[in-house]
Amino acid sequence: MCATCGCSDHSHEHGGGTVIDLEERLLARNDHLASHVREWLAGIEVRAYNLMSSPGSGKTTLLERTVRELGLPCSVIEGDQETTFDADRIRASGVPAVQVNTGAGCHLDAVMVRKALAELDPPAGSVVFIENVGNLVCPGLFDLGENGRVVIMSVTEGEDKPLKYPHLVRTGDIVLLNKVDLLPYVDFDRAKFLRCLRQVNPHAPVLEVSARTGEGLADWYEWLSR
Amino acid sequence: MHELSLTQGVVEAITDRLGDRRVAMVRLEIGKLSGVVVDSVRFCFDLVVAGTSLEGARLEVVEPGGRARCRDCSAEFLSDDPILLCPCGSSDVEVLAGMELLIKAVQLAPGEVVPDVRDVRV
Ligand SMILES: Nc1nc2c(ncn2[C@@H]2O[C@H](COP(=O)(O)OP(=O)(O)OP(=O)(O)O)[C@@H](O)[C@H]2O)c(=O)[nH]1
Ligand SMILES: [Mg+2]
Ligand SMILES: [Zn+2]
Repeated sequence: MCATCGCSDHSHEHGGGTVIDLEERLLARNDHLASHVREWLAGIEVRAYNLMSSPGSGKTTLLERTVRELGLPCSVIEGDQETTFDADRIRASGVPAVQVNTGAGCHLDAVMVRKALAELDPPAGSVVFIENVGNLVCPGLFDLGENGRVVIMSVTEGEDKPLKYPHLVRTGDIVLLNKVDLLPYVDFDRAKFLRCLRQVNPHAPVLEVSARTGEGLADWYEWLSR
Repeated sequence: MHELSLTQGVVEAITDRLGDRRVAMVRLEIGKLSGVVVDSVRFCFDLVVAGTSLEGARLEVVEPGGRARCRDCSAEFLSDDPILLCPCGSSDVEVLAGMELLIKAVQLAPGEVVPDVRDVRV
């Protein structure tokens, strides 16, 4: 149907040039590629997780520990605007990592992930972690072909974060509350955090963890292995 | 600024379909719950169309409002607030409208002819 006048003609004049209905989703390309990535991963029985948080919530620290302790072969795609620091840290933990620099871009997309996966070439049965660019806004819109979305927030960020970034937080399949080793030193109201979180994400499991001390990580490994 | 890459995607999708035919108007649909900032899209649009067949095109944006259904009490309600709370207090809701992100239509410049359906790539 014509979007301008409601008639059934596909294309015609409206006081000027011809109007053509497209009805194309803005994210059509990304989503299409992401579904290829998902199929490809399923074909080699690899699971992928998209880790999203503000800058500095502890994604890389969590991964440094996870790749050593999970007990499954792991590899990592690191997304940052600049530098290879995080990929270097992961490699120092003994597993393969590919750094993707997004430059001016504020998020990873399916094109970047597909390319990085080709380079990483993960073995069958392994787990790939995709550390998104530290940003609680933009990554939420872009499907990367992952099997699960992990939202990480830390006790140094304030309890109201979920309500400030509802679009991304809503999409999380699991929420990790990191840096709980710092709870004695900061004003962080867990009950309030949970209330805020439940207003935008009513069901995702919430795990309280410390990537520094390892507290709570057994539940994280169990979730990854389920 | 995911609006920049989204807007670049719009221009690519349109030039892929229409080749170098000049475009006079682009109509997008950006739902109020989509998390995409229309003003940013407008700002980016003027930048990314420069030097393309869309240069000078008018950008129209339709912004459907949010509508959701509560999974607890089954009520349907309207809200443009990204924190979707049912009047009953539940946040367990299914979004029915407001997440749209679409290129609805384009208008060619006067004198440009409609591409043959066979060159329209889908
Ligand atoms: N006390 C404490 N510090 C932590 C914990 N996890 C991470 N940190 C510290 O927080 C800082 C940031 O950690 P990163 O792991 O680099 O954070 P990130 O999310 O990867 O950061 P970006 O990649 O820059 O977005 C570092 O100084 C870490 O040592 C934790 O559980 N407890
Ligand atoms: Mg990092
Ligand atoms: Zn309700």
